[in-house]
Amino acid sequence: MAISSRIMIILAGLIFGALGSLLVEWGNPGNMGICVACFYRDIAGALGLHRVGVVQYIRPEIIGFVLGAFISAYGFREFRARGGSSPMVRFFLGAFVMIGALVFLGCPIRALLRLAGGDLNGITAVAGLILGAVIGILFLKQGFNLGRSSATKRANGWIMPVAMLALLLLAIFPPGFIFESEKGPGATHVALWIALLAGLGGGILVQRTRMCMVGGWRDLFLIKNTHLFGGIAGFFVGALLLNLILGHVSWGFEGQPVAHTNHLWNFLGMVLVGLGSVLLGGCPLRQTILSGEGDTDAGITVLGFFAGAAFAHNFLLASTPDGPTDFGQVAVIVGLVFAASVGFLMRDRT
Amino acid sequence: MIEVDARGFSCPIPVVKTTQALDGHPGKPVIVLVDSEVARENVSRLARSRGYSVKVEQVLDGYRLQLAPAGK
Repeated sequence: MAISSRIMIILAGLIFGALGSLLVEWGNPGNMGICVACFYRDIAGALGLHRVGVVQYIRPEIIGFVLGAFISAYGFREFRARGGSSPMVRFFLGAFVMIGALVFLGCPIRALLRLAGGDLNGITAVAGLILGAVIGILFLKQGFNLGRSSATKRANGWIMPVAMLALLLLAIFPPGFIFESEKGPGATHVALWIALLAGLGGGILVQRTRMCMVGGWRDLFLIKNTHLFGGIAGFFVGALLLNLILGHVSWGFEGQPVAHTNHLWNFLGMVLVGLGSVLLGGCPLRQTILSGEGDTDAGITVLGFFAGAAFAHNFLLASTPDGPTDFGQVAVIVGLVFAASVGFLMRDRT
Repeated sequence: MIEVDARGFSCPIPVVKTTQALDGHPGKPVIVLVDSEVARENVSRLARSRGYSVKVEQVLDGYRLQLAPAGK
């Protein structure tokens, strides 16, 4: 059983990584076949929560992730409505994780996809992510936790899936108030039904295997267990193989798609993502999946992602291909102080 | 009997609490209460990797895992 679940997560990682590469081939932006942070940012833009014209589009992949997880959780009798574990803290951690990701220009998934596309800035990003995870582990070992959640009325768990269905309707029949990029990354996307199917498939895969792009590193260092890391390794290898086959690999630091080369802030942005994700219990993808399984704390975190994405662009915190902004650097420092304070203050005193 | 009540905690807290219990009481059996499949899987995987046998019992609000050191 242990062996089969191990093979399952590696296989799922391979498939998911290959999908990340294929989605670029079919029309998503460069090295952005899947990017959970970027996609929330695009949806926030489509809803007018920020007004940066080049990153506004309702990404059906996200809708698919949540609905795929919902279907899978129901099918395998794992849907459990629950919540109440420090929702306010989770909201702000979610917002800061998003800001850190948008200073680097990618979530933990896109860091791997960028590396698999030859973008060597992914190395500093992954190094930052690992350091952030290690700092988070120190807090875990000191007794940090966000408190217990408890079972809640079932309907609470349906809110996020239903909201995603509503988003899907807005994507299919966009009313006048929905923004849609005419150029830039927001205008670069696969057909709606391909994105939705990819999201649904990915959602089911990740729900079943519990794949997590931060948890893999965390378990490696925390309990010397390689199970979840198998998903990360599989994802990277799958994306790299497909990118090599499709000719999407171009090694170097400069001139990479939707990227900048400021190593310090790529690194620090991802330290914030790694630390915040360990405190939250999972990376942005994992939070997205959990929000479809009835976990309303993860749902609040997702709302934090939207808020963080809106802040990032309204307050000029998000980096551009020219590099990080001054405000973005301040925001990352503030985020690190916030996350460290949470890690320090929310320890069980024993 | 050492008992860890990890109900309500999300990943990876049940694993952290179980690790601390195993480290604190080497060679002793430990009972862990969890309320999700993910926590059940993670705690079972941890215990097996450390040479414990795992007996899972479904209870009203989740699972009761009996971790017993090998050879006992």
